[in-house]
Amino acid sequence: MTPAFLEKPRRMSLSQRQLALLLIAPGLALVAGLFIYPLSFSLISAFTGPEGGFSLQSFGKAWELYSGDVLFTVVIVFSSCVFTGLAAIVIAGTLTLGENRYIVGTLKALYRWPLFIPFIVAAQCMRTFLAKNGLMNNTFVSLGLMEPLQAVSFLDWRGIIATFVWKQTPFVALLLAGALAAIDRATLEAGRNLGASRIRVLIELALPQVMPTLLVALVLSFVTMLSVLSVPMMVAGSQPTMLTVDMAFRINAYGDYSTANALGVITYLISAGAAIIYLKRGMTREGAP
Amino acid sequence: MIRLAATARATLAAFLLAAFAFVLIGPLANLALWSVAERWYTPHKLPVTYGTRYWEQVFRPTGDAMASLGTSVWIAVLTVVVALALSIPAGYALARLKLPARALFMILFLLPQAFPSVAIYINVARIFYQLGINGTVLAVVLVHAAHGLVYSVWIAAAAFGAVDRDLELAARNIGASPLKTFFSVTLPLAAPGIIASGIFVFLESLDEFTGTFFVGVPQVTTLPLLLYNAAMGGNYQVASITALILLVPSVLFMLFIERFLRADVLAKVGA
Repeated sequence: MTPAFLEKPRRMSLSQRQLALLLIAPGLALVAGLFIYPLSFSLISAFTGPEGGFSLQSFGKAWELYSGDVLFTVVIVFSSCVFTGLAAIVIAGTLTLGENRYIVGTLKALYRWPLFIPFIVAAQCMRTFLAKNGLMNNTFVSLGLMEPLQAVSFLDWRGIIATFVWKQTPFVALLLAGALAAIDRATLEAGRNLGASRIRVLIELALPQVMPTLLVALVLSFVTMLSVLSVPMMVAGSQPTMLTVDMAFRINAYGDYSTANALGVITYLISAGAAIIYLKRGMTREGAP
Repeated sequence: MIRLAATARATLAAFLLAAFAFVLIGPLANLALWSVAERWYTPHKLPVTYGTRYWEQVFRPTGDAMASLGTSVWIAVLTVVVALALSIPAGYALARLKLPARALFMILFLLPQAFPSVAIYINVARIFYQLGINGTVLAVVLVHAAHGLVYSVWIAAAAFGAVDRDLELAARNIGASPLKTFFSVTLPLAAPGIIASGIFVFLESLDEFTGTFFVGVPQVTTLPLLLYNAAMGGNYQVASITALILLVPSVLFMLFIERFLRADVLAKVGA
């Protein structure tokens, strides 16, 4: 005899699908109302002219006023990703291939600290640390590495990059170290036995195997950095600045939604560019023999 | 000779590690110093006078900071309630029920995180303004919940997916109704993962700045907004103390996350 609990699902299979949709609907409604709807709003607003109808006028204005900031944003976010990637490779590589257990242990205990620290707190830390008379310059002067008069403030594009790298490196390094720990140790040991240095083993044997993980982590970081408002507002001065600050300014100072939304569409395109580079790489890898 | 080279290498590694520690800890140390500096000006390399005057000012029961802390915690609690109320059913459906286009639904919950958010929030603020709810706690909670939903839904789905089906079948077999099975077997077993996602959503809400900046001003002042206002107003002490208050839960979470999220649940997140 078939037990009752096995019969029931068959009878309910149609309603189970409906139940599933019913259970997921409230969550989807929130995403639709607070993401899909405003997203369509921003696209429509960006492509609508002052008299209604399709127009690229707001893009013309956005480009005229902020083309410098578009470039500034791309350069900052891209170089932050490059430095974050390099720092994460050094950290994750040391954690995986390091032989001195004191150094590996200390590094392991240290590197994750900024992982969940909010950007606004990181920005406040860097605002004090990188200032002309901040702790960094003061330490260099005290150590005799620098004359007091040589001290300069780093609170400009360099400060933004430093804050982004400081905040994002733990995230990328964590994912990378996880991926490196999962690859086959035998190949790495074989490389070492054949006399390859640890740096060579890392670059030629280990990294190619974890490239997809590194790229995913960097694309996620890229979009995150592109969305941060607090860091450019707090760490750097007003000009030049990042597109997030420009959008907030267009809204708060002029109520100018069309230009702000045109800048918004430009940020979507920049992040789509990053995602496409990632996908393209993924496809060439799959296509390769 | 080999010994000498080994010593040199170890010294170099130790030096690099010290430099790394300086870069990592330095900004946090500077923050901590500012929080207890009553007077600090150039050319002094360290604060001129130390004291807890600003801590007393911040923690005075009638102070702005206590009010902001209260607002922040209240918003975060409501956000967790909303996010869990939406993600427990959604996570169960994604993990256990036959759902058409399951991958598409998973991606839909991810989308708010995959787009640069400022461009979205300015339009959310406009919609909320038309609805007359801009500058209310409700508006901020909704924005925070939508932002945290990807974590709570994905982790809830992973937690339900990791529950052993045989245990549910055993409960059904001895006569429990589907609803009774869910509340007495499935939900308690998935609870650690769901609690972890709740803590994560709580922290995300506590730390959120951009969304609150657009939909909460000027009435709702959370801790990150207080920090921003103090920093831009040049009050480094209050800004640093507020930053330290926000720092503590983040660092604790970083240290204990592995205890909340078991490896078998973590491996299923997003799958």
